[in-house]
Amino acid sequence: MDSIIRLKDISFAYNKKMVFQNVDFVVNPGERIGLIGPNGSGKTTLLQIIMGLLKPQRGTIEVFGKMRKTDADFLEVRRKIGFLFQNSENQLFCPTVKEDIAFGPLNLGKSKDEALRIVKETCDILGLNGLEDMVTHKLSGGEKRLVALATVIAMKPLCFLLDEPSAELDEDAIERVLSYLKNYASTYVVVSHDKRFIEAATEKIYILKDGKLRLLT
Amino acid sequence: MHLEEFAEGKSILHNLDPRVKIIVFVVFSIFCVLAPGVKLPLFFLFYSLALLFIARPNTKAFISRLAMANLFIGIVWIFIPLSYKGNTYLALGSMNVSQEGIQYAVSITLKSNAVIIGTIALISTSSAFRLAHAMLHLKVPKKLIILFFLFYRYITVVHEEYLTIKRAILLRGFVPRTDIHTYRTFAYMVGGLLIKSYERAEEIYKAMLCRGFGGSFPLLDHFRMGHRDALFLLLSILTFFAFWMKS
Repeated sequence: MDSIIRLKDISFAYNKKMVFQNVDFVVNPGERIGLIGPNGSGKTTLLQIIMGLLKPQRGTIEVFGKMRKTDADFLEVRRKIGFLFQNSENQLFCPTVKEDIAFGPLNLGKSKDEALRIVKETCDILGLNGLEDMVTHKLSGGEKRLVALATVIAMKPLCFLLDEPSAELDEDAIERVLSYLKNYASTYVVVSHDKRFIEAATEKIYILKDGKLRLLT
Repeated sequence: MHLEEFAEGKSILHNLDPRVKIIVFVVFSIFCVLAPGVKLPLFFLFYSLALLFIARPNTKAFISRLAMANLFIGIVWIFIPLSYKGNTYLALGSMNVSQEGIQYAVSITLKSNAVIIGTIALISTSSAFRLAHAMLHLKVPKKLIILFFLFYRYITVVHEEYLTIKRAILLRGFVPRTDIHTYRTFAYMVGGLLIKSYERAEEIYKAMLCRGFGGSFPLLDHFRMGHRDALFLLLSILTFFAFWMKS
């Protein structure tokens, strides 16, 4: 089967400061990948390159078997790959939880009723029932994180890119996220400093260090 | 930071259709601001006081907001009576306080307070989101509404950033003084806030792109205009006309 994501020979620099050089990265369907590395090693940058939010200086990005260069190419990528941001405050921009979760599905062309059904389903899965009508900025840090995850799940992506999914979460919430990933998600890349979470959630771990990406296990 | 304290209430005004409230408010403000003399603005002040009585906002918060606004009106009282030419009411050395000037200042005070109280009773009694939604229905340009709404959503976040920076500064023993070090610290604080806000804005935009943002926010709930809303609209407009006829 074709791979979902195929990065080839990617080099990226922020204002002439090299982040990584000649990196290759492949995600195949069904793969559960962990990505670790010291702070500032470019883990988030790598995920943003896949989503087309940052443009590498060199290299090619192939997603779902197609070369992606322009913003228009990345539209499909953004609709089919779910990206959880490191900071949930930035990901929740609608007034209420319900609206925020429905935002993605409505943009995908779902009807209002379908969107509301998806909201309900997603809240059921993550145990967020009762929060639907809460105002997003009044949620606690952990709740924000779970709602942010819910907004990503609601778009039913084929592959997830999760940037620090376990940060700010208590044990119980981490369990809920883990059980979602194990039972409902088949393909994902998790960036985390949380060793236990990475070990529990993923089967293949890469380390990004000194501008190079290598397979750890 | 609590932005919508007046919106949390259960009065009739809170439950009215925000579209109707915005329309009434716009008509009210125009009539009120254009009203000549002292008598007519006084009528409008009575109208907004009546609304205030129905809305029953938190007294303390209400008075503090009104006081803040009247601070600026105080400045009007310093300049207008002195600079307005007319019959002398009081002579202060070489300066003249004119009768017309005082009348004019009274008129301004009445009008401003009527509009401010009207804003609190009519506009602040709806949540920011319902107002944005109502404006969308009233065909206000979309870009303005998105600006208004995102401003509302993120001002608390910027405020939190400010508090974080302030705490960090205080924790390292900072005491403001009148010296270069203090000014520089304040400048860093403002600069830091600007940069953080800019970066945050970029991140939010990225998040919106990832969720398929195409320039507009889809709506989930819709308003329904009832008899009460129509009645309120009609009564208010009739009252405004009656005021004009009367004077």
